[in-house]
Parts: sequence; C-alpha cells; structure tokens
Amino acid sequence: MDLASLLQFLASGLTVGSTYGLAALGFTIIFNTTGIINFAQGEFVMLGGILAVVFMHWLDPGLPAAILLAVVATTLVGLLMERLTIRPVRNASAINLIIVTIGVSITIRGLVMLFWGKDTYVLPAFSGMAPIHLLGATIIPQSLWILGIAVVVLALLKGFFSRTIFGRAMLACSFEPRAARLVGISVERMVMASFMLSAFVGAVGGVILTPLTMTSYDVGVLLGMKGFAACILGGLGNPFGAAAGGLILGILEAFGAGLVSSAYKDAIAFVVILGILLWKPSGLFGVPDTERV
Amino acid sequence: MSSTLRQLTPVAAFFLLVLATPFLLRHDYYYLSILTMAGIFAIIVLGLNLLLGFAGQISLGHGALFGIAAYTTAVLTGTYGLPLAVGAVSGVGLTALVAMLIGMPVLKLKGYYLAMATLGFGLIVYIFFNEAIGLTGGPSGFVGIPVLEVFGFVFDSDLSYFYLVWSMVAVALLTSLNLIHSKYGRALMALHISETAAQSMGINIARHKLFVFVLSSVYAGIAGVLYAHYLNFVAPSSFGFHFSVQLITMVVLGGMASLWGGIAGAVFLTVMPEFLRFYENLEVIIYGLILILCMMFLPKGLAGGVCKLLSNVRRRFGREP
Amino acid sequence: MSPDNVALHCRNLSVRFGGVMALCDVDFRVVQGTITALIGPNGAGKTTLLNVVSGLVECCSGTVGLLGQDMTRVPAWARAQAGVVRTFQNLEVFTTMSVLENVMTGAHRDVRYGVLGALFKTPRYFLEERRCRALAEEKLEFVGLFAERSLPAWELPYGRQRLLELARALAAQPQILLLDEPAAGLNTRETQALAGLIRRIRDELNITVAIVEHDMELIMRISDAVTVLHFGQVIASGAPFEIQKNPEVIAAYLGEDAR
Repeated sequence: MDLASLLQFLASGLTVGSTYGLAALGFTIIFNTTGIINFAQGEFVMLGGILAVVFMHWLDPGLPAAILLAVVATTLVGLLMERLTIRPVRNASAINLIIVTIGVSITIRGLVMLFWGKDTYVLPAFSGMAPIHLLGATIIPQSLWILGIAVVVLALLKGFFSRTIFGRAMLACSFEPRAARLVGISVERMVMASFMLSAFVGAVGGVILTPLTMTSYDVGVLLGMKGFAACILGGLGNPFGAAAGGLILGILEAFGAGLVSSAYKDAIAFVVILGILLWKPSGLFGVPDTERV
Repeated sequence: MSSTLRQLTPVAAFFLLVLATPFLLRHDYYYLSILTMAGIFAIIVLGLNLLLGFAGQISLGHGALFGIAAYTTAVLTGTYGLPLAVGAVSGVGLTALVAMLIGMPVLKLKGYYLAMATLGFGLIVYIFFNEAIGLTGGPSGFVGIPVLEVFGFVFDSDLSYFYLVWSMVAVALLTSLNLIHSKYGRALMALHISETAAQSMGINIARHKLFVFVLSSVYAGIAGVLYAHYLNFVAPSSFGFHFSVQLITMVVLGGMASLWGGIAGAVFLTVMPEFLRFYENLEVIIYGLILILCMMFLPKGLAGGVCKLLSNVRRRFGREP
Repeated sequence: MSPDNVALHCRNLSVRFGGVMALCDVDFRVVQGTITALIGPNGAGKTTLLNVVSGLVECCSGTVGLLGQDMTRVPAWARAQAGVVRTFQNLEVFTTMSVLENVMTGAHRDVRYGVLGALFKTPRYFLEERRCRALAEEKLEFVGLFAERSLPAWELPYGRQRLLELARALAAQPQILLLDEPAAGLNTRETQALAGLIRRIRDELNITVAIVEHDMELIMRISDAVTVLHFGQVIASGAPFEIQKNPEVIAAYLGEDAR
C-alpha cells in the first residue's frame, strides 16, 4: 500500500470516525447519569442533520443560523424526551427504560417521516467542495470541518466535566447517585442535563456529517448502532474511550473498505470489535468491574 | 400431583383457545396468517425469555440465529432439492452449532458488552446473507422454498399451517415451563441474581449460560424452519438488527420471566401493526407511542398487568387472591 | 497431627490487589471435624482468605489443599461440588425465589437428571425432585425455617435470611462449610441460637466448619482452634484460650482501637 492511499483511508476513517465518536459521546453522557443506553441517540444525530435542512428551506436564514437552530431544536427534543418519557418512570428497571427509548426512537422516526417523507436531503458544504490535495490524497474541506468541530466539542466537554461545578456534579452522580444526592446534587437535574447535552452532541454530529453523506429519516439507526459500538469498544462510561472508539471504528471501516471489500466493511469492523472484546471484556479503556464478595 | 394439575389447566385452556381461534375468526385467512406469524415469533420469544428473563443474559443476535435456520433449510431443500427432513434437522442443528461456537467465547461478557457482541454477530450474519448472493440470493431474497410436507401430509393451507405452528408453540411452552421448574431453571434464576452465590453452590455458570443460549437457539431454529417453509421465500431484511430488537421488545413488553407474557408480547406486537394499517401515515408514530406508554404504565409487562387486574377483580369480589 | 485429618490446608498463600498485598505468605489449616475461626482486625484479609479457599479469588502464589487434594487451580463451582461450600457476609440470597427453592438450589449437584428429563418431566425427574425437596425441607427444619418455606425469600427479615443461607449451604451437603461473618447484623438472642446451630452442624452433621467472625464472644465459645490475621499475615494460631493471652494479638486489636 502506498502512502497516498494510506493517507486517503486514514482521512476518510477519521472523518467518519469522529461522527461515530460524537454519537458515542452522547451514549456515554446519558449512560453515566442513568445507567441506560439511549436507543434514540441515533435519532438525535438524524434530527440535527434533517432539521438543519428544514430550517434552510423554510426560513432561509443562511447556513450558520440554520445549523444553530437545528442544534437548539434537537437539544430541546432531548429535554422533552427526558421530561415526558424518562422522568415519570425514573425508578423503572434499566431494560424497561431502554425499551422506552426504543419507543421514542420509533416515534421520532415516524414524525420525521410524516412531515418530511422518506426523501434524501442534502445540506451545502460549509466551505465549498473544492478538494484539497495532500501528499497524493484528496481531502474534501468538509472533512476538515468535521474533524475540527469534533475536536472542539471534545475539548469543550472535557473542560465542562473537569472544570465546571455542574460538569463535576454530573460525573459524581454517575459514580454514586445516592452519595451525590446526599451532598445536595439534584440527580433529576443532572439526568435532564445529560439528555440535553447528548442531544446537543448528537445534533452537532448530524449537522457536520450531512453535507458529506446526505440524510434521511432513517440514517439514525445505523449511526446509533455505530455509536453504541464505539462507546462499548472504548469502554462504557469513559468519554475519552467513546471518542477514541469512534475514531478506531471509523478507521477500521475505511481500511476494511479500501483493502478488502466495501460490502464487507461493517463485517470486518465488527469482527475486530468482537476480537477486542474477547481480549478486553470491558473495552479498551474501560475499568473491569470487580464483583465484591 | 396437584401442582402439575394446576400447571396443566392454563395449558389446556390455551390449547382450546388455539383450536377455537380459526372458527372465532370465521376462517379469515388474512388474520389467520398473521397469527401464524405471531406463533412463529412466539417460539423464538419463549426461548429468548429463558435466556433474558430467567438467566438474565441478553442477545441481540437471535434474529440472525432465526435466519441461519431459515436459510439453511431454504438452500438445502430449495437449491439442492434435499428432503425436507434433512433441511429442517440441518437448519436447527446448524443454528445450535453456531450458537454454541459463538456462545462459548461471547457469554463471558456481561450486560451491554454482551449486547454489543451479539449485535456484532447478528450484523455479520446479516451482511453475509446480503453479500453471499450465489448461496442466498442476496438482498432480493431466496425464492422457491418448497412447501412443508410431513409423512405425506402437505401443509399448504393457512389453516393447517396455523395448527402446525401453534402446536409447536405449545410444545415450546410446555418444555419451557418444565425447564423452569427443574434444577436447571433454578440454576438459571440463581446465576441471574448472583453469579457468585450460584457458583458457590456448585453451579457451573459458564456451562449453564451456554446451555440456555443453545437451547434458545434451538427454539429460534425451529421457528426459522417453520418460517421459511411457510412463506416459501426469505430475505435478509427479516433477520436484521431491527428484528432482534423487536424480539427483545416482545419479551420485555410481555413480561420478563413470564413465559405466558412472552407469547402475549409476540402476538401483541405482531397483530398491532396490522390494525394500525388503517392510520397509514400515523402507523409508525402510534406504534412507537403505544410501546412507550406500555413500558411506562405496565412495568411488569402485559403479564404483570393481567395479574394485577385479576387480583383487583378478586379483591372486589371478596375472594382471597 | 497426621496430614490426612487436615480438611483444609493453605500453604504460603499470597494475594495482591493492584499494589496492595492483601495476603502475604499465609498458612492456614483446619482440622477435620473442628470449628476453626479466622479472626483479625478490619482489613486483615479474612474475607480474602475465605474467597481464595472457595475459589472466588485467585492467589498469586501458594497452594490450597482441600480434602486431601490440591485445588489451587480448581474453579469455584468445582470446589463446591467437591464439598467445600460457603455463605456470604453480604447476604447473597436468591431473592426472587421462594425459601424452599433457594435451598433446593443448594442441592443442585445432588439432583440427578439430565436436560431431557427436565424438558419432558420423566419419572426420574419426579423421583429426584421429590428427593431434593425432602432434603431441602430437612435442612430448613434443621435451621428452623420450615414454617416459612413457601415465602418469597426477599420477604424474610435479615436474621432469617442468614439462616436461609445456612440451610442452602447445608443442602449442598458439604464436608467443609465456610461461614463469612454469620453473626453480622444479628441480635444477641439470634447470635446465641446461631452458636448452638454451628455446634450442631459440627456434631450432628459431622461437617468441618471454618468461620470468619468479629464477635469475639461467639468465637471463643464455639471454636476449637483460632487463627489470627493482621495486615495479611498470620500472627498467631492455636486454641482459643492461648489466643486470648497472646500479646501480639492483643496489641493488634488494641492498635485498631487506638486508631
């Protein structure tokens, strides 16, 4: 394999991988405050993209404003979801809550289909389509946007979790909800915040990906599945692991598609993930849970 | 034994209901075929309930196991013209074998990690169904699966297939009920609650997990064979991630660790979309909303809801529950 | 003492958790037919030692000899099948099952029918289930829980759940019974009853008992031998009255109180 195609695979892998990473971050944030996997995470990603398109067409406020509106709207959807379907039954068992999130994801898909049909939509690229040539590889400017914004979001989240009181409180209630409540942290507020935050992160991922891959009502399923895979691969509950898991998954797919076959790229990626899980049963950066006797 | 008798009464009632259903539906073949499908799914759900509800191990790969059996019998009888018995036995056998090979390493994982690994397995199998076009016919499906024939009797009518499928449901139900009232059932529930305590009682956890995983794959395999020869056509889309998630939903919606509930969940989730057809565009939304509301207000599923209702009725009429 | 009447013999056991040495070169032996206590201040490694003996924690070095065999590498379930059964400090009752089913689960290894027997309820199934049930009821009677046999286990009060664990362990028909703080959370009267019960387990059922316990009074009253752990090391072992006078043991306990 020559340097050019190596670079090409790496670039496309990192691009796709960082959106997986953002989806995975969304899973991680909600998992950390509630202990459940939110099956509607992929729908947040889908909503980010499709709402941006919708706002562009309806209001025509210019791309940046449409994007902002889409992200805000999706964050509100996250808030609504928590308020209406999670908070009323917050003491239910994890599996029940997970089925509730499956119901929410089906409903959101149904609503999008009702309003905007099954068509495929495009969003204009943030800064043109003229490819950049680098050491023989061709990179679309949107790729750089995706990478850049993903890095910024990651850095902001890191700052949020380690520097701000609110972020630290959120981490605290993931470790020990009862203790968090005892020291005066409102777990309810943290759960609500986590749904908004992960909807936000998902929407950002959706918005930046859409100019590259287009969107439709059902893209969330696959993105959600990849995001879940990424956060398991990195080690559930570890935000850094989730982001890294996303990048690894993206790179695996890109090289699988480039070197073996694009039809089997997902299969190759998942075979590798299975192998890694058998080698490290708590993911790459996860802490093995030790059962206390 | 009186306890056996008490167990058998609902089973007998169930049998009568199954026998009567075609007459109650006035032989409406459309509804009969939907209920046949529901029965096929109920068989998988019964096995999955043993795995998830009793042993506490999740699988998002049962859609794929179901598919392996369906494709195996399809290819053997359809492409190679082998006898149906060979197709059926190899379908179930291969499914069990694959489950064993996958289960041995994968069942060491826990919770979401197990979910991920079985999901990955399901996805890989799904991609194989799509891409191995020479064998499976690819995304457009496999046509020309022969009609089921047992000892010269041809199951070519909806009525006969309905009875065949639901007798299999009854067999699956009875064997599952028997299993949970045995030392194996106790061991599964024990390892669900505390693996530490279970192994300290001499229960080989890994072996019991593998056993229930393979057993549930046998149920899925039987369902797969019935499915293939009922529709005479299979396509990969029936065996994907969506279907695996739907199976889990059937178990939870019916009521975890309730075998009767599982059957109810399978029937409910199969029949409901048919009624929602009338609402065209709203179909998916209503389906989603019903799912949300059921899970929010029936935390123990349909089975739990019915139990609560019964005990309320009994209290009303002054009888001890 | 000849080695063939030693039921449990750990030699040079060491266990490390990360950087912490939980057990360091520990020798621990339990003579057949005795009640042997394992005591020590908090964090001395008593439960860890019990976990190593029952196979839940692997040791870094050393050997675990049980019933005359080297079982260092034998998994927990196989040790239990060989006759080494334990109870837990934090109750590990199977909460969703009935009291009787809990105890029947204890008899798992002794119930002899195959999967087909279970799926199709063969005559063998009925025979064996009846035997298992009788055995479980006998053990429930032994600990005094017979009346509560059809209750769901989670409905039992704490002290009764402890007895349930004991009955469940006895149903496994152990040769060596490992008890991890069986008196924790019991009131004085319950502890008294427990002392009598443990003695009867030794005398009537001929089961060798190794017990980890904080209640000194209980230990001194029922045990035939005592081993003292401190910071993962054995600092003394001998008869109860010797241990009570041992200056090192007194210092270890006083040190804990002074802290």
